[in-house]
Parts: sequence; structure tokens; C-alpha cells
Amino acid sequence: MAEKKDKDKQRDKGKGEHREKHLARIKELLEIMKDNDLVELEIKNGDEKIFLKRSQPQPPAITTVPMVAPTVPIALTNSNAGQISPAPAGPAASEELVAIKSPLVGTLYSAPSPDSESYVEVGSLVNSTTVVCIIEAMKVMNEIKAETSGTIVEILVKNGEAVEYGQVLFRLKPD
Amino acid sequence: MLSRILIANRGEIALRIIRACRELGIQAVVVYSEADREAPYLRLADEAICIGPADPAESYLNIPRIISAAEVADVDAIHPGYGFLAENVNFAQICKECGITFIGPPVEAMRLLGDKVEARKLAKKVRVRVVPGSDGVINDEVEALKLASQIGYPVMIKAAAGGGGRGMRVVHNDISFRGAFSAAKTEAQAAFGDGSVYLEKCIAEPRHVEVQVMADNEGNALHFYERDCTIQRRHQKIIEESPCPVLDEDTRVELCRAALRIIKEAGYVNAATVEFLLDKDKKFYFIEVNTRIQVEHPVTEMVTGHDLIKWQLKIASGHTLKFRQKNIKHTGVAIECRINAEDPANNFAPCPGRIAAFIPPGGPGVRLDTHVFQGWTVSTSYDSMICKLVVHQRTRVEAIATMKRALGEFVIEPIKTTIPLCLDILSHNLFIKNQIDTGFVERHF
Repeated sequence: MAEKKDKDKQRDKGKGEHREKHLARIKELLEIMKDNDLVELEIKNGDEKIFLKRSQPQPPAITTVPMVAPTVPIALTNSNAGQISPAPAGPAASEELVAIKSPLVGTLYSAPSPDSESYVEVGSLVNSTTVVCIIEAMKVMNEIKAETSGTIVEILVKNGEAVEYGQVLFRLKPD
Repeated sequence: MLSRILIANRGEIALRIIRACRELGIQAVVVYSEADREAPYLRLADEAICIGPADPAESYLNIPRIISAAEVADVDAIHPGYGFLAENVNFAQICKECGITFIGPPVEAMRLLGDKVEARKLAKKVRVRVVPGSDGVINDEVEALKLASQIGYPVMIKAAAGGGGRGMRVVHNDISFRGAFSAAKTEAQAAFGDGSVYLEKCIAEPRHVEVQVMADNEGNALHFYERDCTIQRRHQKIIEESPCPVLDEDTRVELCRAALRIIKEAGYVNAATVEFLLDKDKKFYFIEVNTRIQVEHPVTEMVTGHDLIKWQLKIASGHTLKFRQKNIKHTGVAIECRINAEDPANNFAPCPGRIAAFIPPGGPGVRLDTHVFQGWTVSTSYDSMICKLVVHQRTRVEAIATMKRALGEFVIEPIKTTIPLCLDILSHNLFIKNQIDTGFVERHF
């Protein structure tokens, strides 16, 4: 019985140490995420996989910095949760989808006014002249048109978000 | 101190300003075009905003996009760098109207000194000798021709709205004058939106000497001594040094004081460079004021120990120049070589392309200001300058030796650069003996 207890103790101790190392590792990863302002982090190591997701950090005025410190040695997956990711030209865009990119630097509004409905939702049918959003630049409201007809598949920006030139705003599946 | 600024420029000067911001605790937001997306200095900034495609008209020269970026980034001020919008009065005015501090002179001082004809008048007013020429803009061809004969050929026709070596034509006789005059006006209209021209006598075999100045909001103005920029090709500087190796102390004092008189009279604030020509008799003649920080500012930083970009930021924050002229000392000799992606053996044809090997020089007395790295692609959209190599030693002989060593170590491949040209100039007898003028490079290389 004592023997078994010893073994159990050792096993428990081993598990405890393992758990501690594991927690320490997770804490380390969380620090890395915070320091680099990452929303999601996934690490695969053989069978082992860690997936961490942070709640969206308080938005700075700009969400357009895709810069990641080159010394981070782990593989990062781009957040493809879609709706809230501000990454320009996300690599997971499939061949068939057309990206609607911002032609301006400014603030994006999803609807014509604060009380109105959004111009488009996921699933909305658009043609080349459909207004999909407004970008305000220097107090001038610019209507942004779809330019292609099709169905909105992804909305990558939020109302009131700052956008830069070339940033992918929507993805649509062309007719 | 300003807390957050936008840098409306690119390349090495954007990096330079980011560095000064870092050390002053100012947040730096930098704009970039799609051609500069891979620039490593972007990640040294606090934010980076893409403002357009490679074409400068759609990005670095695009005022609405830059102002828009400044607004969404919520900055206190904009640093325009040099070139692009740095001397654009309209841009400075718009910044003012939008409540964004322009890191540079007040609009009126920029407007006044940016007009080369008005600047000449102002210089004369404060008893600074100007290059002999017309009193103002000359519109009438007949009058211009008469004046040209009076001044004496060769004569230079210059655009009033020009500057920085652009919008200038040399005429040698009456016969070619008329054609040159109307062509110059047309070119000036196309390039600067203003066809006004004036005349200047061509000073024979001049040296180009300029004075670095800095002024604050309370009317204090200080100089940081001179730079000699005689090594030029087509009015673009290649090598700059400080001190001017042929100036005696009395002339130096007179020159620097003349520069300060001009700056004070114009109500100038922040950094400027007052440019002169020096003739064989060591008489100096005012040509123009550059109302911005200049490419070659590191030369002055090395010999005075002052960080000029930090001064620009401090002055824009409202700080004053709390020390006296006598506290600014000049030590040793500094030389800068601008290295361009051009092929000197092929009429300086631009050499854009990917830099596969980049091994920068180092060691004592060497400073390299560049945004370029191994793997960087030099674009066709912007000017060809890729780095500034600066050395500082106690004597000119030692500075030349260090520069030659550094240029010899420097590897930039496979594109062609002007490194071989710089080495040749530094080894040339006339350069070593200070027997050069602004035509030297074009005559010998």
C-alpha cells in the first residue's frame, strides 16, 4: 500500500510538475500575445496543440499594423475568425472570392447614419454600383461601391474603425 | 513635448525621425506607400498607415491622404522630412487649419523664403551680398536681354518658385538667350506652377557653402556652422563636408552671421539652411534658403554633437534654444557621401532592383544612415539615394582615409551604386588639395 502510495505520489508529483510547466508555458505565451497585441495563437507540436484566444484589446485608433516582431519563434496563425480581424489581405482568401479594398485612408462607417441599418450584411447581394460602406476622410463622406456583382461573404471591418489604403474591407463571391 | 507625431515621408529620413522620437518619448506614426510595405523601419514606429500606391502623387505627395492619416491616428504634429511636401506652403497651411502642428517654419516665413526672388530682396535688406542679377522677376524678354548684357555672360535664368538645383538654365550669349528665356519660363510653369523667372550672374568656379541654422519661437536664432557641398553633379550634391576647408575664421564668422540676419528678418522658426556661393576671392554671395531639414544634416551633427532632428521636435513642442552661440563648438572634420543606386559608368542610369548582398561598413568614426537592408528592392518610384555614409575624424586627411576605408568595405550587390565614384573623387588630387568648384565632378568624371 505504501509502495503504491509512493508511486502515486511520484506520479502525482510528476503530473503536478508537468502541470506547473504547462501553466508557466501558457503564461509565457499569454505574455507574448499581449506584447505583440495578438488576438489568437495556435501552436501545434506533434499531437499536442495549444489554442489561445484573447478578448479583443481596447481598440487603438488604428487597427492596421500587421507588424510582428521577427524574433518570435513560434508559428502564428492569422486570425480568420473573420468578422473582427482587421488584417489586410488575409492569406486564407480562397481563389474565387473578390476582395473589396479601401481606396482611402479614413474612418469606415457601415451604415448611412448611426440609426440606420448597415449597407450590407453577410449574404447581401450586390452589384457594381451598390454602396457597401462609407469612408470618411477629412470630413468628407465617401461612398464605397462594390465594383463587382456578387454576394457578400465576409465583412472584415467594424463600424467606426480606422482603415488604411489597400485594406481589405469585404470579400464577396462574384456571380 | 509633443506626444504623438506623423512622419509624412519615407526611407532613411523617416527612420531618422523615428529614432529621434524614440529617444524623446514621442510616439511615431509613419505613413507608407505600397512600394514601401516591406520597409523594416515601419515596425520601429508605433503605428504604420498605408496611404496609397507607389506613385508619389497618390501617396507621399497626396495631401488629403496624409491629413486623413494624421486625423485617424490622432497626432499632434506632422514632420514632413525633406523633399515631398516639406516646402509646400499649401500643405503647411492646411496643417495649420486642421490644428496639426507643422514641424518646420511658420507658413509666412516658408512662403517668403520659398520665393527665391523675395528671399534675395530680403537678403539685400539685411546687408547680405547676393549674386548679382535682376532686382525681381523679369517677364519681358527684351528687358531680360538688356539686363543679361549688363550683368555679363554667362548668366543663369532661374525659376522664382524653384530651388534645390531645379529650374535653372545657363546662357552664354545673346543669340541663345531668347530661346532659353522662353523655354525656362515654360519649364518653370510646368514644374512649379509658376513661370516667373529671374536672372543671376554665373559666378566663375564657385564653391557651394551653406550654413545650418535653428530658430525658436521667441526669436532666438543660432547657427551650427557651415557645410561645404561643392561636390555636385547637375546641381545634386554628392559629397558634403564640414568645416569648409578654405574658409578663414573671419569669413566664417561673417558668413554665419549673415545667415542669421536673414533668418531673423524672415521671422523664421525651426531648422533651415542658408546657401551661398563662394568665389575665388573668398567673397560669398547669397543664393537661397532651404526651409527644411536637409539630407546632409548628419555632417553638422557629427561636428557639433547636436541632434538636429531632436531640436526640430523640441522647438515644435515650444522649447527654446536655452544656450548661447558660443556654447556650440565645432570639432574635427566630418564628410558625408550620398550613395545612389545609379551606374556612374553608364551616365548615372538609375539601377533599381533587389539588393541581394548588403554588408555595411563600421568601425571608429563611421555613421551610416539608411533604410536599406539585404533583400530590399530599390523602387523606380522614388529618388535613387539609398544611403548616407558619414565619417568624423580630427583632421580632414584622417576623415578622407576613414571614408575610403568605409567605402571599400561597403558591399551593395548586384545593383550598381555610386560608391566607385565617391572613391575616385576622394582620391583625386584636386579634391585633396581643395582646388575644386561646383563644376569639378562634371568636368572630371
